Amino acid sequence: MNKREFLKDAILFFPAAGVLQALSCQAAAKDAAAPAASAYDPTDHWYGMGVDVDKCIGCNRCVEACKAENGVPDEPFYFRTWVERYSIHSNGETTVECISTKPAPVDQVAPEDPGIVRTFFVPKLCNQCAHPPCVQVCPVGATFQTKDGVVLVDEKRCIGCRYCIQACPYGARYLNPNTRTADKCTFCYHRITKGLLPACVEVCPTEARIFGDLKGKADRLVRFQRVNKIAVLKPDLNTEPKVLYADLDGEVR
Amino acid sequence: MSGMPESLHEQLSHQLSQVIGFIYPNEVETQWAILIVVYPYLTGIVAGAFILASLVKVFNVVEVQPIYRLALLTALAFMLVAGMPLQLHLGHPERAYEIFFTPQPTSAMAMFGFVYLWYLLGILLIEIWFEYRQQLVLMAQQARGVMKGVYGALSLFSKDVSPEAIAFDHKASKIITIIGIPSAFLLHGYVGFIFGSVKANPWWGSVLMPIVFLMSAIVSGIAMVMFLYILLSLLRNARLDMRCLDKIGLFLLVAIIVDFALESLDYIHRLYQSEESIKILGELVSAKLFTSLVIIQVLLGMFLPLLILVLVRTVRFNEELRKLLYFTTSLLILLGIFSMRWNVVIGGQLYSKSFRGLMAYKMEMTGIESLFTALVLLALPFVILTVLFRLLPPRWMDEHALPAR
Repeated sequence: MNKREFLKDAILFFPAAGVLQALSCQAAAKDAAAPAASAYDPTDHWYGMGVDVDKCIGCNRCVEACKAENGVPDEPFYFRTWVERYSIHSNGETTVECISTKPAPVDQVAPEDPGIVRTFFVPKLCNQCAHPPCVQVCPVGATFQTKDGVVLVDEKRCIGCRYCIQACPYGARYLNPNTRTADKCTFCYHRITKGLLPACVEVCPTEARIFGDLKGKADRLVRFQRVNKIAVLKPDLNTEPKVLYADLDGEVR
Repeated sequence: MSGMPESLHEQLSHQLSQVIGFIYPNEVETQWAILIVVYPYLTGIVAGAFILASLVKVFNVVEVQPIYRLALLTALAFMLVAGMPLQLHLGHPERAYEIFFTPQPTSAMAMFGFVYLWYLLGILLIEIWFEYRQQLVLMAQQARGVMKGVYGALSLFSKDVSPEAIAFDHKASKIITIIGIPSAFLLHGYVGFIFGSVKANPWWGSVLMPIVFLMSAIVSGIAMVMFLYILLSLLRNARLDMRCLDKIGLFLLVAIIVDFALESLDYIHRLYQSEESIKILGELVSAKLFTSLVIIQVLLGMFLPLLILVLVRTVRFNEELRKLLYFTTSLLILLGIFSMRWNVVIGGQLYSKSFRGLMAYKMEMTGIESLFTALVLLALPFVILTVLFRLLPPRWMDEHALPAR
């Protein structure tokens, strides 16, 4: 091996070793989250979600999957997750609509409006705030934050006072008309604790939603957070959301 | 299709069709409806009536002596009903006990049970008992049959009517009133805090909210006692003590001025700071709350009463006219304060937290969360008051004489 060859191999070897190491770390992280149910330690995790705004095509499959997976009432008044469409007009105005309440028929293409210069979709869900106002106000402790960072509602304890719904700045909660208790996104807690992905993430055809563990060193979400310009919704309210948006337009609230 | 009730589906569909602009999809339903309007209205009257009564005991305002018992019983009657709208509003009323047994210390609402119980059991009932003890002992001696037992039980079978015991009664009731004033402030200021501490909702989230609630409570409590005093004198065909009425009128005037100043400050502050939410709040007022806020709450419920009360104090009207004016004023104020509760509770839920749209609220006529229930709850204190008057007779105007001083 001459000097030239040695250097060439070395240049290839070090990054490759890095990749290998990262992969093995990720495999280990996956193992930690995986089935061994008895071994699951919630304190090892701190779940969050990334949303790549530019990748969302507004197909609404996440909403449908969520409703099916979690028994969310079909009616257009109840959503654990939904998709908003923002239209920026040439005069600077912004109009917004929720495409999940009245999904347009797929075979019907909306007429192009020359006044609209740009549109984009924004998936919304519970922000699983690290500092959740809904948990603070619950009079009976029925809504709580798990050690792995998910805000849940104990429907056997909730008295249905709806204070948490008022306290949520994001409109992420509703009163389930069937259980008469507060209801919201759980990050599909029954799935993630078994190492599966939330239903909305699973079905997203463009991988606009990235689920992950902010405590995982080589986690996809951690990488997503590092490489993108991240914004959260209503940061001034100090709720510390764990749903992280990449390339979020300032118009989105 | 889930098993949601037909009427709810109909209500929400209607509300959805009335949405202006963009709202978050879960915001179609009005979470806190008419019953939550009634709740602060009732507790406000409790706190206000009690504070009026306390003027007699703590500040020795002898002119208001004739309505002392009336004010206390009014507070009790409204207090007994005040918790009902909350209970009825719960999705799971059968779990309400959890608030007492497993309260969440960080929740403002969890403290409700304790504040309510403290005020009812620790203040109101004890104060009323000391006030009536001597009379109850005497009535127990004079009554026959069942009523003897009832009065005996109400006096907790005490017998002592010696001057020392009566002096103790007076002393005890004065001490309880002194503790009662901050407690009444707590009772209603706390209701204001429930709304004022919601940072997600800028219409509610104001540091002035508890104190605005408190002052409006005092206004409504005084107005309610004034209304009842005039009404009862008409029903009983008894002469009113005009000195007392004029004095209540004066307190009412002062309370309205302070309330008006605070509410104005709140609005001016919002307008001047002109934060992110100001545009949508402006639309909220002009599109949804113009009648209930500008016309009823401010013009009819505040300006007009203010004008009348100032006139009554500056122009020498005769007694009959004064009575009529006071009566009108009290009714206007009671309407205005109800409207204020509406504007806070419902108003805060008529605009989207996205600040991009307005919602609608269609009040149900029948059912649990309905106009019917609200009217029943608003009428119930008067029914209770009628029973209380039988059981614990207030000193009526015709029997009353000012204490010699």
